[in-house]
Formats: sequence, C-alpha cells, structure tokens
Amino acid sequence: MSFHEQDDPQLRAAQDERLRAAWAAPKGFFLRWTDTNNDAVGAWYTLTAFGFMLLAGVLALIMRAQLAVPENDLVDASTFNQLFTLHGSMMMFLFAVPMFEAVSIILLPQLLGARDLPFPRLSAFGYWSFLLGGIFVAGSIFFDAAPDGGWFMYPPLTTRTDLSGLGADIWMLGLSFIEVSSIAAAVELIVGVLKCRPPGMRLNLMPLYAWYILVVAVMILFAFPPLIAGDLLFEMERLLDWPFFDATRGGDPLLWQHLFWIFGHPEVYIVFLPSIALFAMLVPTFARRHVLGYPWIVLAAVGTAFLSFGLWVHHMFATGLPKISLAFFSAASEAVAIPTAVQIFVFIATIWAGRVTWSTPMLYASGSLAVFVIGGLTGVMVAVAPFDWQAHDTYFVVAHLHYVLIGGTLLPLFAGLYYYWPLITGKKLSDRLGRIAFWFLFVGVNLCFFPMHLSGLEGMPRRVFTYPAELGLGSLNLASTIGAFIFASGVAIICVDLARSPWRPFAERNPWHAGTLEWLAYPHDEHWGIRSIPLIESRYPIWDQPDFMRKVDEGRYFLPDAEEGRRETIITTVLDARPISVVRLGTPSWKPMLTAFALGGVFIFTTYHLYWPALVSGLLTLAMVMWWVWTGTAEIPERPSKPIGHGLELPLYISGSSSPGWWAMFITMMADATAFSGLVFGYYFFWTRHADFPPDELAHAPGVFWPMLALVVGLVGWVFTVGGREVHARGGVALARAMLAASLVASLASAAAGLAGPWLSGMNPSLHSYPAIVWTLAGWTAAHAAVAAIMLAYVLARSFAGRCTPAYDADLRNVTVFMHFFALTTLVTYLTIGLFPEAT
Amino acid sequence: MILLAGCNAHQSTLAPFGEEARSTYWLTVTLGIGALLIAVLVGTLAWRAAHSPGNALDHRQGMRLILWLGAVFPTVVLTALLLFALPEMRPLPSQPGDLTIRVDGEQFWWRVQYESGRGEPLIGANEVRIPVGRPVVFQLAAKDVIHSFWIPGLAGKMDMIPGRTNRLIVKAEKTGRFRGVCAEFCGLSHALMAFDVVAMEPSAFDAWLVAARTPAAVARGRTRGAALFADYGCNACHAVRGTEHDARIGPDLSRYGARTSLGAGTLPPTTGNTATFIRDADAVKPGARMPSYPMMPEDEAHAIAAWLKELK
Repeated sequence: MSFHEQDDPQLRAAQDERLRAAWAAPKGFFLRWTDTNNDAVGAWYTLTAFGFMLLAGVLALIMRAQLAVPENDLVDASTFNQLFTLHGSMMMFLFAVPMFEAVSIILLPQLLGARDLPFPRLSAFGYWSFLLGGIFVAGSIFFDAAPDGGWFMYPPLTTRTDLSGLGADIWMLGLSFIEVSSIAAAVELIVGVLKCRPPGMRLNLMPLYAWYILVVAVMILFAFPPLIAGDLLFEMERLLDWPFFDATRGGDPLLWQHLFWIFGHPEVYIVFLPSIALFAMLVPTFARRHVLGYPWIVLAAVGTAFLSFGLWVHHMFATGLPKISLAFFSAASEAVAIPTAVQIFVFIATIWAGRVTWSTPMLYASGSLAVFVIGGLTGVMVAVAPFDWQAHDTYFVVAHLHYVLIGGTLLPLFAGLYYYWPLITGKKLSDRLGRIAFWFLFVGVNLCFFPMHLSGLEGMPRRVFTYPAELGLGSLNLASTIGAFIFASGVAIICVDLARSPWRPFAERNPWHAGTLEWLAYPHDEHWGIRSIPLIESRYPIWDQPDFMRKVDEGRYFLPDAEEGRRETIITTVLDARPISVVRLGTPSWKPMLTAFALGGVFIFTTYHLYWPALVSGLLTLAMVMWWVWTGTAEIPERPSKPIGHGLELPLYISGSSSPGWWAMFITMMADATAFSGLVFGYYFFWTRHADFPPDELAHAPGVFWPMLALVVGLVGWVFTVGGREVHARGGVALARAMLAASLVASLASAAAGLAGPWLSGMNPSLHSYPAIVWTLAGWTAAHAAVAAIMLAYVLARSFAGRCTPAYDADLRNVTVFMHFFALTTLVTYLTIGLFPEAT
Repeated sequence: MILLAGCNAHQSTLAPFGEEARSTYWLTVTLGIGALLIAVLVGTLAWRAAHSPGNALDHRQGMRLILWLGAVFPTVVLTALLLFALPEMRPLPSQPGDLTIRVDGEQFWWRVQYESGRGEPLIGANEVRIPVGRPVVFQLAAKDVIHSFWIPGLAGKMDMIPGRTNRLIVKAEKTGRFRGVCAEFCGLSHALMAFDVVAMEPSAFDAWLVAARTPAAVARGRTRGAALFADYGCNACHAVRGTEHDARIGPDLSRYGARTSLGAGTLPPTTGNTATFIRDADAVKPGARMPSYPMMPEDEAHAIAAWLKELK
C-alpha cells in the first residue's frame, strides 16, 4: 500500500465502510449494553461516576443543613454518621478514582491514536462491576443501613459486631468489589500506555496526560492492594472472629490504620494528579505553545507518586508513635510540596511564555489552581506535627482536604468537562452558563470551607452531628452552610448546561485549535477511533507535522483498512514505540457484564452471610471467566501476519514479554504481590508489637516440617511449569503436557501440605492474632496454588484442543508469569511461618 | 484569626492556657502568615504570567523560573520550616514524682484516675482538675474503641487506643474552667463526649485532692433518693464513695453535685436534667451504655437526682 493507492477516493470510501462495519456499535434496547468500545464504556462510566458525585453532594448538603445552627435536630446522630461516612466513601471510591479511570478510558485511545484500549472487554467488566458495587454501597443509605464508621472505618468500632451493623460489611465487601474493578481499569490503562502507542511516539513524545495515566495507574496498582489486604483481615475478623484488630487477643487496631493509610495517602495523589494532567493538556492549547519544562513536569509527577507512598503516617501523628518516626514522616510530608510546586510553576512559566487566550476551561483551570494552592499551603501546615496535634480531626482538616480535593479534583474536572465536551459530543457547552457556574462554585467553595479553618482552630472536632451553642461557632457554621448551597447551585447550573447540550449546534472539528492527537476526533461519531494510525514525530503533531490531519483522514498512515472485518490496533514496543504486531480486539459481548454480576454475587451474598449462594456465585464467576478467556483470548489467526501499509508486515499473534497479555498478567500479579506483602507486613507488625509473638503455647506451631514440605513441593511445581514452557517451545508437546500435569499435582499437594501445618498443630485462629495471621498466610498461598492448578488445567485443555501450540503459546507463557509469582508467594509464606518462630 | 480568638475562650487553640498550646498557637500564627505570603506571591506571579504579552519569557528564562521558584524556593522554605518546627515536637520534661492522671475513654465518657503515688488512686469521671505551673502526666488508654483526648487550650490531642497507653505531658499556665472533647470518631454519640477541665492554683489543687478523697457528707444519709439508687440497681454500675456502692462499670458519682455538666459535657447538671437522663439516657445521648428506665415514676427519678446533687 503506498501513498498513491490512498489517492483513490473509491478505495478510501470502501475502507471507510469496512472500518465502520467492524466498529459498528451494537443496536437495540438490550444489545447496546453489550458494547465494549471505549467511547461507549467510557461514557457510561463517566455518567455513572458523575451521578454518584451528585448523590454524595446531596448527602453533604443535608449535613451542612444539620450543622447550620448549633444543637439542631434535623437529622439524628445515626443518620448523620451514615451521611458523612457515605459522603467520603462515595466521593473517593465511587467518584474521584472511577472518574479518572472513566475519563481516561474515553481519552487514552484518542491521545495515543489507537483504535481502542488493548482489552475492551476488561473495561466493560470494570464498568459493570463499578455500577453494581456502587449501587450496592450507595443504595444502603435508603434502607438506613449505610456504613456509619467513617470512610476510614477504624476498628475496633467497626469490627465489633455489637457496635456496628451490616453497614460495615457493606462498606468492606462492596468497596472491595469496586477496588477490584479499579485495579482492572489500572491494568488496562498501563498496558494501553505502554503497548498501544502509535509508531514513533517514544516515551518522551507522549502527551502529558498519558504520562499521568501511567503514573496514576501504577499508583493504583500499588496503593489499592494494601487496602484489599486490610479488607480481607477486617472481614475475617467480622465474619469469622479472627482477632487481627482486637487488642485483648493479641491484635492491634493500629495495623488497620497502617494498611488503610498506605492506601489512603497515595489515594489523595491518585485523585489529584489526573487533574494536573488535564491542565497539562489545556494550558498549552490556550497558551498557544508547547508546555515549557516537559521533563520537569514528568519527573515531578513520578516524584510525587514516589513520595506519596512515604507519607501515610502523617494521618497517624496523634496515635502516640515514636517521635523519631513522626519527624521522618513530617519531613517527607513537607517534601511532597516540592514536586507539586514544580508542576504549578511549569504552568505559570508556560502561560508566561505563551500568549493566553481566555476561555471557560482556562477560567476553571486558574480558579482551581487558586483553590488548590490554598489547600496545599494548609497541607504544609498540617505536615508540621506539633501543629497537626491541634488541627488533626478538626474542621481545619475538613477545610484543608476540601480545598485540595475541590481545587485539585472537582474544579479541574469541570475545566476538563468544558474543554473536552466538544471532543466527546461534537458540541461546545455554553460559555455564559459555564462562567456563571464558575463564580457560584468559586464563591461557594471559599465561603463554605474558609471559615472551617477557624471553626477547627476554635475547637470544633470533625464528625460531630451537633455542637453546643456556648462554643460560639454558630456564625462560622452558618457561613459554611450558605457557602455549601451556593456551591451546589453552581453544580446545578452546570447540570442545566449539560442537559441543554443536545440541542446545540455542532462545533467545528478541533474547536480550540489544540496540537495533540486526541483532537483528530470528528464532531460526528465514528466508532473506529482514528482513521489511520499515524507516525508521530512531535509532542504536538497537529501543530508541528505538516498536513497531519489530512493524511490521517485519508488513511495515508498505518492500518487504514479492516480487510477481515476485525477490530484491530497496533502494538508497539514499550520504550521507542516500534510497531511489532497487530492485535485483534474484543468485540461486543454479554460476557463481561455477566461475569461482573456473578462476581458481584460473591461479595453481596457474603455481606448477608448467605454463604451457599456466595459459593454458587463464585463457581459461576469461575465458569464465566473460563468461557470468556477460552473464546476471546490468544486466538490463533487465520494467517501469521498482515500488511499495515508502507510496506510493513506485522504478525497477528505475539506471545511472551512483548505481548499485551503478558504485560497484563505481570501487572496484575504485581498488585497481587503487593496485597500479599500487606498480609506479611501484618505478621511482622504483630511481632514488633508483642514480646510474646508467637505466644508461648504456640511457640512451635505450625512447626518446620509441613511448611518446608509445602515450600519444596510448591517450588517443584514452579520448576515443572518453567521447564514445560521451554520443552514446549522446542516442540516437545507430549513431554510438556506431562510436566504441566506434574506441576498441577505439585501445586495442589503444596497447598495441602501448607494447610496441614496449622491444622495438625491445632492452631485455633479465633484465640489469638498469631494463629489467625498464620492461617491467613497459609490460606492465601493455598488459594494461589488452587488458581495455579486451574490455570495449568486450562493450558492443558488448550493444548489438547489445539489452541495452544509451540508457535502460538501465549497461554502457557502468561501462566508461567503467574507461576513465578506463585513461587515467590510460596517462598515468603513458608519461610515466614515455618522458620521465623524458630528463629525468635 | 487573632481577633476571633475572643469568640470562644474555653475550647479553642486560639485561647491557650497551657505551655504546649501557647507555643503551638505561635506556630499557627507563623505558619498562617507564611502561607498567606506564599499564596500572595504565587497569585501575583500567576497574574503577571496571565497578563503578559506573547513570548514574554524565552525558554531559558522559563526553565529558570521553574528551577528557582518551583524547586529551589520551596526546598529552602520547607527545610527552614522543618528546622524551626522539629524542636516543638519534644515533649515537656517531667520527673518520676509528677502528678499522673490516667484517663480512659469509654463510649461515651471519661474515667479519670489521679495517681499521686500514695494509696489508692482517686477515681472521678468527666472532669479533669490540674494544678497550674506543674507538669502533669496524662496516661491515656481506651476500653472499647479508639477515642482521642483533646483539650484545645492546653495541648495537642493524643489518641486513646485499646491495648496501648499513650503519654501526654502538659503544663497549665492559667487558672480557669475549660473544656476538652473526644476528637476521634468513636460511635453514635461521639459529638456528645466532652469533659470539663479545671486548672487550679497548686495549693487549691492539693487541698481539693485531699478533700475529694473524703466521702461527701450526705452520702451515708438514708434519704429516699439513696434508697431508690440501690433499689433500681444503679449501684450495679456506679460507685459512690462512703457508701457500699463500689461498682466500676459506669462513671463514678461520688462528687456528682460538684460537676458542671451532665452526660460528659452534654447538658447542665440540673436536678431536672439529671432525672430525665436517669429515665432515658439514650434519648439524651444516643448509643449511651446506660439502660433506660421508662417505668420509673418521675418523682422517684427526681428523688435520685436530688440525692446525687447533694454529693458535693
């Protein structure tokens, strides 16, 4: 295919038709929900998260109404506690994080000139999980059964079943479900950024938003698993009475606080960095120049992510930890202001060096930066431990966090909304309504939250449903309430603007005259994402590469056709974006939705202690996953390779470390290993806390023999898988099958031996934290052995079915990645539970 | 900020009466002014940037702006701040013989024990008395869930965590009546978990400590209220020194008549309020551990309340 061919308008029209057919959205009242294309899934995701934000906002308004005057009795204590717990939990788990992922699902393929993300069905699965889990958690408020222990859910208040009811289980299990979907989206986004960039887009030419997606998704990958580990321990205490957090039985409430804040602090940056990313897209557009200091802002984002994992203790300054660790975390907390300042000055410098065009998105961007800077400065104040001892858990912190989150997440999202609305719908929002709404929001946020700095310093604690009149805090609180309602009016005006949008005329293409790839989108919908996948030579190709738009539109770049009627995109190398393969993408299907609902059943039935239905749901989930993976992945193509234009011929199948599937497995297992390390942290945390850990009567349980046997057998299983892969690649299919079968047996035997240790030592997990954490580690490892066995059985079945052959062995290679992590888990678990008690 | 300090003088970090709170107050003022100056600086720069003509800054100048104002300036300011604030983290000095007060947080009240080294500790509830000018060591623990001990005018807060005992050393500088609150969310009536703080001259404090150990004169009296207190089983949870009632489940009521609040800072301790509380504690304080006595005739509740009010 040459330039000459693409000159033919008839050919182009035929290509258009084929692409349109391949990417056609399913139609019909029911079928439309099987769609997996990123524009549809991203739009549902965004709307759902927006809806949860509105609901959580209404909860906040009720709270502000209650606090408008002292000693008010609009709502009772129980309702109020549910309101603030759900407000915080929803804003974090059902709005801020999913909103980032939703927007990224819409934008990322556009930014990268890809047709879609690498795993469209995984996106759909994530969305349906989010919707179901979100309705489950948020809906509880209408049954007076919402969680009421605060969004941080500190035990023992929340783990003692006599002090907290069903709400705590709804929080733990419902949000664990959503955390799973968040991690699914993170895997999708990381692989998207690393493997689906257009040819020529080396890492240093990536649009900044893609950099931030990468950074934030990696943060999600490492931040959420400790919380999932905490959730697991938490529910085992609530459902099975294993005393991880009960001080009377060797547990410690602070273990939860560590696990929660190891998640909770990075979380703040997880929801803030995407907003900086939106600025990084729109500021250059309106400053009419490249961003100034590209390497600085990338390094600052990476630095913020890195530091954010070392600050969690600043949420625990008042727990009585040693002063030296407070000093360290105080210093680290202040230090995170430095990369943040760098990012802000990158924008100031870019604006200064450019010629600014004022627009509604820019108005929101500058307003949010002003609000955010105030929140950042009070953040430095609370990082100073002695000041925090006064400010902690008061309205000062409420003020601080809302300045940060509204200035750093919500208002930037509105900036992004006004900026990207034409990209998504083809229509501009109203400048006039946008500006009116902005001033409501800006005045509202300051009137609501600035007085809270003072009410906090004047002794008003957080999370109080009432306060005595004698404290003289009535007028400050009334001002806050009025501010909250002004702010809400601003949001309402934006909703009106959005509702009127369908009746507005279409805008021109690329209405802001931006320079980045995503603006290739047509005002009128084309589901194929991009007409042909361009060769990238600049960070702002629309500005810098001559005739860029026309060449893309006329299919003069790569993959301008869908000859086989399949959905395809190009896979490139991680660092320098050399094209290495064409991948066939998942098409619309019921499977993601049904799998999500089956998995949701596991969490929801467990909440109500309906263990048999939960088990059935679990088996159903397994069956659904098998069906989905069997029919939809590692498909052997009808021919080994295909031309993508310009004389390039790319393979249609890749396996191993250059394939997206391998990366997805590797990244998922990184998250898995992180959750596991949270559990191991629990073991050693108890040891540092107690002089008698393990307690005397259990000093030699579970013994050395069974753990060591489990370790050796587990490692033998791993060696057989790795060996089997090598033999298989050299054509020894029969021998490889035998080795994989041996590996399967070894995995199961290892699990049995691992559980035999604590079982035969008679360790009762509800007596003390020691047997409880030993059982947890052994159980975790045994569960992984079971998954290993299922995966090996799957590969064997694929091999017998002719779907996994020496030339097409992605299944086997991906399972080997799992087995590497299984071996690591086995090693750490059994060395810990087998040898550590002997060493102490 | 300073002007508003007058609004509320008994539960405010802006109206300190202790050494720690006073130094934190000046830290607050310093940090506040510093934050304001930096906000103005950033605002001014952003304003100039937005109103500059095109290409006002070349690439080199822009990079220099990012380097000096984005990286170097915050590094210097934050290092200085750290060096300035670190010494403030040192706890006040204390000696082994100093007055030790153990406070246990419970849903939703405070058990207070004065341990002066000799004899049984003096046990009280929901009121903390301290001498001015002497270091006082608080030993802070919790029985059921996490609470946090916070007297804004005296010192920063310290969590009370089941299974741990935290120490907080304070020194009051002014006499007066103040208020402390629970700062960690601890359940249904977290908002109604406060306590009274009385800072006294050292001599007055010593005299009070001696006097408080002797039972109130009326405690032994055989009034109707005293009899009803026992009949209704109030003594299953509450102790009154000088009587045979020595249960330690609920707050000690030995000097109830001298308290300035009822239900851990929830209501003024009038006889009427006390009677209401006795009959239906949960209505005043949702989730309170004390059972309700809806069948108790009002005049009997009043009799018990009247007797309690006499325990001074």
